[in-house]
Amino acid sequence: MEKILLKNVGKPDSHRIDTYLAGGGYKALEKALTIKPEMLIQMVKDSSIKGRGGAGFPAGLKWSFIPKDPGLSKYLCCNADEGEPGTYKDRGIIENDPHLLIEGMIITSYAIGAKNAYIYIRGEFVFGRLRLEEAIKEAYEKGYLGRNILGTDFSLDIYVHAGAGAYICGEETALLESLEGFRGQPRRKPPFPALSGLYGKPTVINNVETLSCIPAIVEKGPDWFAKIGSEKSPGPKIFCVSGHVKNPGLYELPLGTPLREIIYTHCGGIRDDKKLKAVIPGGVSAPMLSEADLDTPMDFENLAAKGSMLGSGAVVVMDETTCIVKAAYIIMRFFSHESCGKCTPCRCGTPWLTQILKKLEDGESRPGDVKELERLCTNIFGRTFCPLGDGAVMSLRGALKHFRDEFVYHEENKKCMVAS
Amino acid sequence: MLSEDLKKEIEAEVKKYPTRRSAVMAALTMAQLDKGRVTAEDMREVADLLGINPVDVHEIGTFYTMYNVERPVGKYHIQVCWNISCSLLGAEHLIEHIEKLLGIKLGETTPDKKFTLTTVECLGSCGTAPMMQINDDYYENLTGERVEEILKGLD
Repeated sequence: MEKILLKNVGKPDSHRIDTYLAGGGYKALEKALTIKPEMLIQMVKDSSIKGRGGAGFPAGLKWSFIPKDPGLSKYLCCNADEGEPGTYKDRGIIENDPHLLIEGMIITSYAIGAKNAYIYIRGEFVFGRLRLEEAIKEAYEKGYLGRNILGTDFSLDIYVHAGAGAYICGEETALLESLEGFRGQPRRKPPFPALSGLYGKPTVINNVETLSCIPAIVEKGPDWFAKIGSEKSPGPKIFCVSGHVKNPGLYELPLGTPLREIIYTHCGGIRDDKKLKAVIPGGVSAPMLSEADLDTPMDFENLAAKGSMLGSGAVVVMDETTCIVKAAYIIMRFFSHESCGKCTPCRCGTPWLTQILKKLEDGESRPGDVKELERLCTNIFGRTFCPLGDGAVMSLRGALKHFRDEFVYHEENKKCMVAS
Repeated sequence: MLSEDLKKEIEAEVKKYPTRRSAVMAALTMAQLDKGRVTAEDMREVADLLGINPVDVHEIGTFYTMYNVERPVGKYHIQVCWNISCSLLGAEHLIEHIEKLLGIKLGETTPDKKFTLTTVECLGSCGTAPMMQINDDYYENLTGERVEEILKGLD
């Protein structure tokens, strides 16, 4: 497949505007500014692109919810609070090709009528933030940002806002709270951000990778985009592979590429040619799959049919030496650490689950612990304010679904059944 | 005390937003740059500068993990990722190795105040695991020897 998102990665000075322009950059923006905003929204709808941040909501539909009243100020927020464990694609785009994101943001802002846009980048990405700030400066100098962009009456300012360490700010309404200077805790929905978002104004929040697809959709057309990969979820996707593979890294492939192909063809298989045991297909919130699921096409629909999800496209591979109880403990410890404290089931439930998992792992189990885990899952799932608590439960349920015997072994024998 | 220069930098941040309050995160980040932590006095001054209550600033300072509110850290704050991808590739051994090298346990600072060792949740460096961050810099594809070299190279 022709690379769209990672096409500039590896070029010398790939982050510079001159490199980006030499590769045909900002051509899509020139074209977009000759098209009516409503038409652009229609093009994005026709491309069938779904959000790449994790939820998979159709981007064009999201944009179309923004009120058309020109008197209302509107905002675009780019969600660069990349924090789903296993995920590092947005960082890859930001550090290597920041202008791709910036061009996508300018086109998006024009389409929805935003004059101000923010990039919410996680605080730890200091290098990425500096890259973005430099790139934004270059774009102002060349007239792609600021007043009367390319001689039109469209003006836009883009600002970078750095977070300070909170996974929850990847949830879009928590992100808005954080941008406004509050603790990053999710807001009640409705109202949805499209009607009342940042500072109470209509706001679109899109992930870095989603926005980075926009220039190609405008330049090559929605039909071209819709023909890449799966019919229902088309387009390119950056898969972030980590764990026990020979060649971990970012792989840009069509949505719908089978999991087996990603692991065995692109990543060279399992390290030391061991056997694969489990794979998390879309970041730790996505329930893990077992070897039997390896032929699943990696797209939103097919993974949902397997009881998991595409999420952020972070593929975490575990070989036969992995203790699933320990993996589940590490993941739950993360959710418990990142629970924002707003709602009780998540605030109290995730540390409780973590405590039981730690006891199972440390050989201090009590009879009934596995059942207790399942009971807690039932009491948390669907009862939390935002998807963080659900994600915690889904990850544990995935582990229990495929490897319940390992949990029971830990409970009964106070030790691990894996030889490692 | 926030220096006059720092106050100017914070004012520049304020201009990015329609409300002064939005600059609170940037203000705390900047206040922390010099001494590696945020004091109660810093937070009161940030509150005055932005026209919000000190408790509002305290809320922010204690909610986000990157602010070291009244939590002194050494000259070099070593944060080792112990999330899933790094753990699969030996983060636990790495932590033990650093503990031995520095003679401290997780969460502690060396007596000369040079190093503080903590864990951190996923920093988005999973394809180059295991990794650690020292102050703002990422160190990736770590091994025991690499870590030793890196730590020796810091004065």
